[in-house]
Amino acid sequence: MGVPILKQGPFLIATIQAALADAELEGLRADLVQNVVRFRSLGVVVDVTAMDVMDSYSSKILIEISRMIRLRGTETVIVGIQPEVAFAMVQLGSTLADIPTALDLEEGLAYLHQRFGGLDHAIN
Amino acid sequence: MKLTIDIAQDKDVVAARQAGRIRALKLGFSLGDATLIATAISELARNIVSYTPGGTIAIADLNSKGRTGLQIVAQDRGPGIRDLELALRDGFSSSGGLGLGLPGVRRLMDDFEIESVAGQGTTIRLMKWLPTRVSGDHGT
Repeated sequence: MGVPILKQGPFLIATIQAALADAELEGLRADLVQNVVRFRSLGVVVDVTAMDVMDSYSSKILIEISRMIRLRGTETVIVGIQPEVAFAMVQLGSTLADIPTALDLEEGLAYLHQRFGGLDHAIN
Repeated sequence: MKLTIDIAQDKDVVAARQAGRIRALKLGFSLGDATLIATAISELARNIVSYTPGGTIAIADLNSKGRTGLQIVAQDRGPGIRDLELALRDGFSSSGGLGLGLPGVRRLMDDFEIESVAGQGTTIRLMKWLPTRVSGDHGT
């Protein structure tokens, strides 16, 4: 069962469920890049609200997703990091480098709209 | 109460950390502390999967001098860590000198012990204690 990816105009939204195993995160990495290419997306929101634990490996994969997608000229925003998860990540020393983050899906989309809004985006 | 989980593949990492999180919450740890414990378990379990043929994560209640806590023991049948000092050396990144993330794991818990024999395996013991309650009468 893969991570569901929704298309909202020029943006993609991936909502990660809790208890995601490594293989599924890696699958998301491949799926997102493919879909970014397929839909010529301008931005991607990865919603991690349901992730109750984020360790160094999940951070690493999210950073890879962001970098791969950026090579396609697309921006990634991570949203929904829970406060306890944020604290654990800082203690662990495993933060998300320079990937933009936002509080929730709404703010994540607002951020992307701000970056890319006003652009006339034609989807073929 | 003690629970031992076999760690062989990545789905076991999820099982182990969830078990730890649930037990921690049951013992009365805050959500924050339970998350730290689960994160530590996840890191150690992942090391077992990535670098060894397999191992176990044991989660056990602790009771000492009137304090309650949770103990995590990660044991593996791997090649062992030859340079423990290097493995525990830290800047402030999740990868210590050896990319095992051990300095980070140590920061998540109260107590940390490691024993490793080259060719035989590694045992890491983590402990976290419930904060002792301060009586309101004495004030601080």
